Amino acid sequence: MRPIRLLPPLLALAASLAIAACGSSTKTSSTTTSASAANCAPGKLALVKSGTLTVGTDKPGYPPYIIDDKPSNGKGFESAVSYAIAKQLGFAPSQVKWIVVPFNSSYAPGPKTFDFDINQISITPQRAKAVDFSSPYYTAPQAVLTYKGSKVANATSLADLKDAKLGVQVGTTSLSAVQDVIKPSQQPAVFNDSNDTVSALKNKSVDAIVVDLPTAIYLRDAELSNAKVVGQFAVPGGDRWGVVLKKGSGLTACVNQALAKLQSSGQLSAITKQWMNSSANAPELS
Amino acid sequence: MTTVASGRRAAREQARRRKARRGTIIAAVSSVIVLGGLAALILTSSGWPSVKATFFSWSAFKTSFPHVLRAFWTDVKLFLVVEVIVLIAGLVIALVRTTRAPAAFPLRVLATLWVDILRGVPTILVVYLVGFGVPALQLSGLPTDPVVLGGIALAMSYSAYVAEVYRAGIDSVHPSQRAAALAVGLTHTQAMRAVVLPQAVRRVMAPLLNDFISLQKDVALVSVLGPLEAFRVAQIFAAENFNYTPLIAAALLYLCVTVPLARVLDRMQAHSREVTAGTTPL
Repeated sequence: MRPIRLLPPLLALAASLAIAACGSSTKTSSTTTSASAANCAPGKLALVKSGTLTVGTDKPGYPPYIIDDKPSNGKGFESAVSYAIAKQLGFAPSQVKWIVVPFNSSYAPGPKTFDFDINQISITPQRAKAVDFSSPYYTAPQAVLTYKGSKVANATSLADLKDAKLGVQVGTTSLSAVQDVIKPSQQPAVFNDSNDTVSALKNKSVDAIVVDLPTAIYLRDAELSNAKVVGQFAVPGGDRWGVVLKKGSGLTACVNQALAKLQSSGQLSAITKQWMNSSANAPELS
Repeated sequence: MTTVASGRRAAREQARRRKARRGTIIAAVSSVIVLGGLAALILTSSGWPSVKATFFSWSAFKTSFPHVLRAFWTDVKLFLVVEVIVLIAGLVIALVRTTRAPAAFPLRVLATLWVDILRGVPTILVVYLVGFGVPALQLSGLPTDPVVLGGIALAMSYSAYVAEVYRAGIDSVHPSQRAAALAVGLTHTQAMRAVVLPQAVRRVMAPLLNDFISLQKDVALVSVLGPLEAFRVAQIFAAENFNYTPLIAAALLYLCVTVPLARVLDRMQAHSREVTAGTTPL
């Protein structure tokens, strides 16, 4: 864990594009919050609308999390994860209803219009005071972002990056990843904030920068015109994302149970690989 | 007569010694009260143990110091090179600003603009603009090394300050000096070089050194461009271990070069005071 981290700017963008908050109040029925499997049967769940799993996410949704801005198509990382959770909880895809929840209001205190919300929301202690988080469904790996035609544009392994001039932000997991995992032969350039790091890449003062994967994807797809994600590699301490539930929701334990099953069956890592690796065009660096 | 005089002198000297002794005692007592009081206040404050652990941890100092010291070499090289450039560029700008030749009017305007703008903009902004702006032009032949770019930015900023110091010195030389030089047949250039400048530079030596000390600290600003100099390395160690001691280590290194220079500066100022008072020859 590091104190400062590159918050995916995508989240900020999503927030700024937020549509007006939904105002209807939640219908709550009283149920126990214990987590036994029996309590997680669809009939026994305390849902916003019984018989339906209401899932929130922001609009528009971006690849690779949501494809074609249609979370209901089951495509995209977060859509796929949501349907996999729904299936574990015993819901058919037709019983999943998507609603629009602006990023910022998803983890605001108070009643919720969703059963759970999935929107690349980082698990932080402050947010956890206002809402429940599931166990993480994703831990952001680090990614190497370069410009097309750079000397590391065709690197396929971490060893290929040894001689690169790497740019990175001070005080981040990415910096420790560079120092402890890549161990480049020349000193990395260390910048105050992510803007400076990206500027250095734009100016080609560095061969590549290291940021977390969601940031790299966002920068490549939305900010930079000539960028390429060389690849990703896992390091401890990355940003962790959880689905958000109402504070004290009876559903939290059930979602955790579903996630645990998806994890042990390998389904979660298959979904992650499909969307955050192949589809996102971010190969694994060995 | 003589015995009366020596008796008075002895009394006078005794009184002087008494006064000096009293002064020493008062200085000692007040030092103990003020410094001891401050130390007691800090050491007994409720937060002192945690401050000590986060800012004055010996183990964190030991692990980070060699790295910070190695990185400090970058700072030393940078300020030595930049200082030489600044001293030359500042003098040129000052000469341009003080020249009265009509043909040099556009140069005078440029020099004035240079000083006004670069002295009026925070140094860190100049470092940012040069460091990220120049490479963004994507012109071949321009430097891309962040240390070089940072050095250029510092030289730009400090040349403006130093030019004004020189100019103050040149203006402080009485016009009669120049008039006398011209009267004995020196040209304007010769008068400037042989009569005005030597006096001017001697008078502004202290403020020049003052800017030098200032520059020694400001080289840390170059860290925003990416190079791993002492402050940045200390910052990285601090962020890694949640401990600020490496920053203290960096601070000590900066002090190691600025404090001796400050003492030299004090002596030079004392000397120039004596020269002005006429008690010491030049």
